[in-house]
Amino acid sequence: MPEQISTADVAKVARLARLDLSDDALQRMTTQLDAMLEHFHDVDALDLDDVAPMTQPYPLTNVMRDDVIATSLDRDEVLAQAPDAEDGRFRVPPIIGLED
Amino acid sequence: MSEYDGLPGDWQLVVGLEVHVELATATKLFSASANRFGDEPNTHIDAVTLGLPGALPVLNRNAVELAMRIGLALNCTVKPCTFHRKNYFYPDMPKAYQISQYDEPLNVDGFLPLPGGKQIGIERAHLEEDTGKSTHIGGVSGRIHGSEASLIDFNRAGVPLVEIVSRPDIRSAEEARQYLSELRAILVAVGASDAKMEEGSMRCDVNVSVHKPGTPFGTRCEIKNVNSIRSVGRAIEYEARRQIDLIESGERVVQQTRHWSEDDGRTHTLRSKEDADDYRYFLEPDLVPLDPSQEWIDAVRAALPPLPAARRQRLADATGIAADSEAAMVVVERGQDDYVLSAASAGGDVARVLVHVKEAFAEQGAEPMVPIADLAKLTSMELGGQLTATQAKTVLAEIVDAGGGDPAAIAAKHGFEAMAADDLAVFVDQAIAEQPDAWAKFRAGEGKAMGALVGAVMKASKGKADGKAVTALLNQRKG
Amino acid sequence: MARTIREITAGVRDGSGTATANLEAALANVTAREDEINAFNLVLDEQARADAAAIDASAKAGDELGPLAGVTVALKDNLCTRGIPTTCSSKILDGWRPPYDATVVSVLRDAGAIVVGKTNMDEFAMGSSTETSAFGPTRNPFDTTRVPGGSSGGSAAAVAAGFADFSIGSDTGGSIRQPAALCGVVGVKPTYGYVSRYGLIAFASSLDQIGPFTTSVEDAAVVLDLIGGHDPLDSTSIPVERPSLVEAIRRDVAGLRVGRITDLPQGADPDVVERLEASFDALREAGATIVDVQVPAFTYGLTAYYLIAPAEASSNLARFDGVRYGLRVDAADTNAMYSATRSAGFGDEVKRRIMLGTYALSAGYYDAYYGKALKVRRLISDDLAKAYEQADVLLTPASPSVAFPLGSKNDPDNLLSMYLCDVYTIPANMAGHPGMSVPFGNGADGLPVGIQILAGTLNEVDMFRAAAALERAAGSEGVAK
Repeated sequence: MPEQISTADVAKVARLARLDLSDDALQRMTTQLDAMLEHFHDVDALDLDDVAPMTQPYPLTNVMRDDVIATSLDRDEVLAQAPDAEDGRFRVPPIIGLED
Repeated sequence: MSEYDGLPGDWQLVVGLEVHVELATATKLFSASANRFGDEPNTHIDAVTLGLPGALPVLNRNAVELAMRIGLALNCTVKPCTFHRKNYFYPDMPKAYQISQYDEPLNVDGFLPLPGGKQIGIERAHLEEDTGKSTHIGGVSGRIHGSEASLIDFNRAGVPLVEIVSRPDIRSAEEARQYLSELRAILVAVGASDAKMEEGSMRCDVNVSVHKPGTPFGTRCEIKNVNSIRSVGRAIEYEARRQIDLIESGERVVQQTRHWSEDDGRTHTLRSKEDADDYRYFLEPDLVPLDPSQEWIDAVRAALPPLPAARRQRLADATGIAADSEAAMVVVERGQDDYVLSAASAGGDVARVLVHVKEAFAEQGAEPMVPIADLAKLTSMELGGQLTATQAKTVLAEIVDAGGGDPAAIAAKHGFEAMAADDLAVFVDQAIAEQPDAWAKFRAGEGKAMGALVGAVMKASKGKADGKAVTALLNQRKG
Repeated sequence: MARTIREITAGVRDGSGTATANLEAALANVTAREDEINAFNLVLDEQARADAAAIDASAKAGDELGPLAGVTVALKDNLCTRGIPTTCSSKILDGWRPPYDATVVSVLRDAGAIVVGKTNMDEFAMGSSTETSAFGPTRNPFDTTRVPGGSSGGSAAAVAAGFADFSIGSDTGGSIRQPAALCGVVGVKPTYGYVSRYGLIAFASSLDQIGPFTTSVEDAAVVLDLIGGHDPLDSTSIPVERPSLVEAIRRDVAGLRVGRITDLPQGADPDVVERLEASFDALREAGATIVDVQVPAFTYGLTAYYLIAPAEASSNLARFDGVRYGLRVDAADTNAMYSATRSAGFGDEVKRRIMLGTYALSAGYYDAYYGKALKVRRLISDDLAKAYEQADVLLTPASPSVAFPLGSKNDPDNLLSMYLCDVYTIPANMAGHPGMSVPFGNGADGLPVGIQILAGTLNEVDMFRAAAALERAAGSEGVAK
C-alpha cells in the first residue's frame, strides 16, 4: 500500500509531464516512486533548519553579453528536421486543451 | 460617494494592471538572434531561440540596462536578482519553460504619478522572455476553435520583455487609461520600447474586482486580449458591471481569466483548463545571479531624460497653466515642450507660444520646422497690441504652412494692424449712439445685448477691431 | 600496445606515421569487435577516412597541424554534431541531425581530431550500465556478459577496445568515472564549469560536465588542457585561467595530503576495498601523507541526487514535445500529441525520473523534496570543503564493485541496487568538484578496478598529480586490453 504517494497523485503528475500511463503502468509507477520517496526519508536525520539551499556549484555573477546580432540558423536546414512544416513555419495540430 | 461616477450605489472599483513591454534591443534576451518585427517567419532563429537540445542562455546586457531605466523611471529600487524557470507546455514556448523572474525580480517598490498627482504603486518590473507566435488555420477568422492546424513562427521567441505589475491602486477606467498613457510616454522617453499596443510591443492584462467601502477587496478576474488603451477602459467598465450584477443577484464572482472581445464589448470565460497551472518554478541553473553595481545603477539614473511628469511641471511653472491641463499633456506627448520653452530666450511669451503650438503644431513632430524666433516675434506683436487674436491666428497658419516666416511682413501683407485705442473708442461710441435699445439692455444687465453692439463695431471697422478690446471698452462705458 | 596522443601526433607531424594508418588500426578493431560490444550508435567510417586523408595531405604539404592531428576520438551521443545524428540513445531523437556543433566538438575538430563515431549511452544519460539505451546495451570489452557501466558506457568501452584513441563522455552523478573504472580506463569529470556545456544535451544542468576517457593519465591531461576553457556561450563557464595539467603530472606527490574518508558509506565489495587500500599504500610509498577525514553528509548524496537531477531533467526534457524536432506521434490536438509522442519516445527509466522530478518540484511538495535536497547539497559541499582543509585529495572506490552481469541490477522492484552504483561518485557533482578514476589493478574475476581521486574546486592539478603517481605505481597492472 503506497504511503508516500497515491495513484491519484501520480496520475496528476503524469498529466503535468504529458505522459500517458496505462492503468498497469500507473500502478507500477506508483509503487516504484513510493519506494524511492520512502528511501529519501533518510535525510530526515539531518538538521537542515539553518542550512541555505545550494543551487550554484561555482559562484559566478553578472555573466552577460553584448547586444550584437549573430547570423541566424538556416531556416531550411531547421525545418527539414521538423516533424511538420508549412509556409516557413512549424505546423502542429489544433492547440486546444492548453492554457493561453 | 463613489470615486467612479459610472458605478451604481456605493460600489467601488479596484483595478491592477500588468503590462508587458518589448524592449528595443538589437538582439534577444538570452541569445544573439535579431530582435526584429515583421520579417519572414523563422528567419531570426538560433539554437537558443528554438530550444534545441544542448542550447544555453546568455543574458543580454543592453536588456538589463533598458530594464533598469524602466525601473528607475518608475521610482523603483534596483535589486540583486535571479532568474527562474516557469514550466508549462505550449507550442510557441520552445523549451516548454519560460525563463522569467520569480521571487527576486530586478526592480521593486516604485510608483507612477498620474497627471493629477495620484501615485499608482508599482509592485515590480522584471525581465522575462517572449514566446513565439501561432497562426491558426482552417477555422473561423483565425481562431483556435475549429482550426485544423496552427503554424508557429519563432521570430518573436526570446525577445526581451519587461513585465510591469501595478499595485491595485487604480480606482476608475479613466485612471487606468491615464496610467497606460503615462507609462507609455515614460517608456518611449527613456528609449526602452516603442510601446505600441497596436503592434504588440506593449500588452496589457487587467485585473478587476469590485467592493463596497469598508469591506475587503472582492474576488478579482483577469482580463486578457485588451489591445488598446481605449479598450482597457471599456473592458474595465464592462467587467465592473458584470461583477456587480452577479453579486447583486446573489451569486459569487468566480476567480478566473476572461477574454475581452472587442467585437461585442464583453468579457468571456476562456475554455476551462483541466488542472490549475502548476508552473513548478525553480532557479534557472543555466544562468547566474544578476547584481548590478551601484555605479551602473547611478549611471543609468543620471542618464535618464526628464520624464513626462517633470516636463509638464516645467511647462506649468513657465506658463501658469495646470500641469495636467490638456495643453501641457498634448505638447509634452508630442515632444514639443523644449521648443515651447525656448521661446523665452527668443524674446517671446511662453504661455502664448504654448497655445499656438498646441493648436497648430499637431503635424510638426518633436523637431518643429518653424524657427522659434518667428513664433516668439508673433507673440510679441500680439502682446504689444499690434495684432488681434484673430489676426494672429491667420498669420500663424501661414507661418506653419510655409515652415517659417516673418510675422511682421505677413501682417503687413494682409494689411493687418491693430486699431489704435482712440480710433476704437470712436467706433464704440458710434455703435452705442446708433443702437440705444441694445445699449439700454446691456446696461440693464443683459449680456446678450452686447453681441449686437460688438457686431456693429466690427462691421464699421471692417473687421480690424479686436473683439476683446471692444468688449473691454463696452464694459468700461457701462460703468 | 596503445600509443599516447603525443606519440601519435608526433608521428603524423614528422611523417613516421599517418592519420590514415592510425584510423585504420582503430577501424580494424571496430570491425573485429563492434558487433559483440555495441559501443557505437553510429560509426562514421567514411567521413573519418576523408578527414584522415585531409590531415595527411596537410602534413605532406607542410601545413600547420592542430595539437590532435590524426588522433581518433569517439563522442558520446549526447554531444551535438552538426548534420550527424545525435540521439541520446533515445527513440525520441532517433535520426535528429543538429544544425550546430557543441563547443567541445568544434574544439576537437579544429585540433585535428578524427571522429570515429557517436557512442551508445544510457538513454538521456540516466543510468549506470548503458542498459537503458533504446538501441541495446553496450558490453564490457573485458567480459561481454557484463556491463561497461554508464551512462557513458559506449565511450568507455570504445577506448578499452581500441575503437578510438580517446573518447568524450559526460558525468552527472558518476557517468564518466564509474564506466571508466569498469572498463579499465582513465575517466575524468572536471570542476563544474571547467569545460563548456554548450551543445551537450542536458540531463541535469547544475550537475552535468563533459570529460575525457583515455588509456593514460597523460592523455587525459592533454585532452582536458585542450577542451577546458571559458566559453561565452555557456553562462556557467568559469572565466579563470586553468593551469597546465600536462605540467602538473610531472610533479611528484611528496608532501601531498591524501585523505581517507573514515565514514565512507560501506558497501564496496572486498576486492574493491583491497585495491583502495593498495592505492593508499602506493601513494604513501611515493611520498604522500595519508590523513583521516570525515565527510558525514557523503552518504546522503544519493537522496539529494535522485531529487535534484530528476527535477532538473524533468524541465530539460520537456522540450521533447514533437513540435520542432525529433519524434512526433500524431494526434487530434497538440495536447494529445505531446502525450502520445513522449509516451512512445521515452523509455521506462526516463519516464520514472521525469515523474519523480515533476513531483519533487510540484506545488506543495517543493519544500519537502527539491527544496530539502538543495539543503542537503549544501551540507555535502560544506563537509567536503572542511575535509579539504586537511587533505589535498581524497581517495575512494569509483564503483562499489567490478563490472556486474548484464540484467543483474534491472529489477524494477529494486531500483536502488542500480542507483547505489553511484554512491561514491555523486558527491563530487553535488559540490561541483573534480573527480577522476584511474585503473589500479584487477579485482574479482580479473576485472579492472578504478580508484577515484577527488579534489576541491579547480584543484585538477593535485588530482592529476595523485593520478599520475597511482598510474606509475600500477605499472603494467594498470590498463588491460
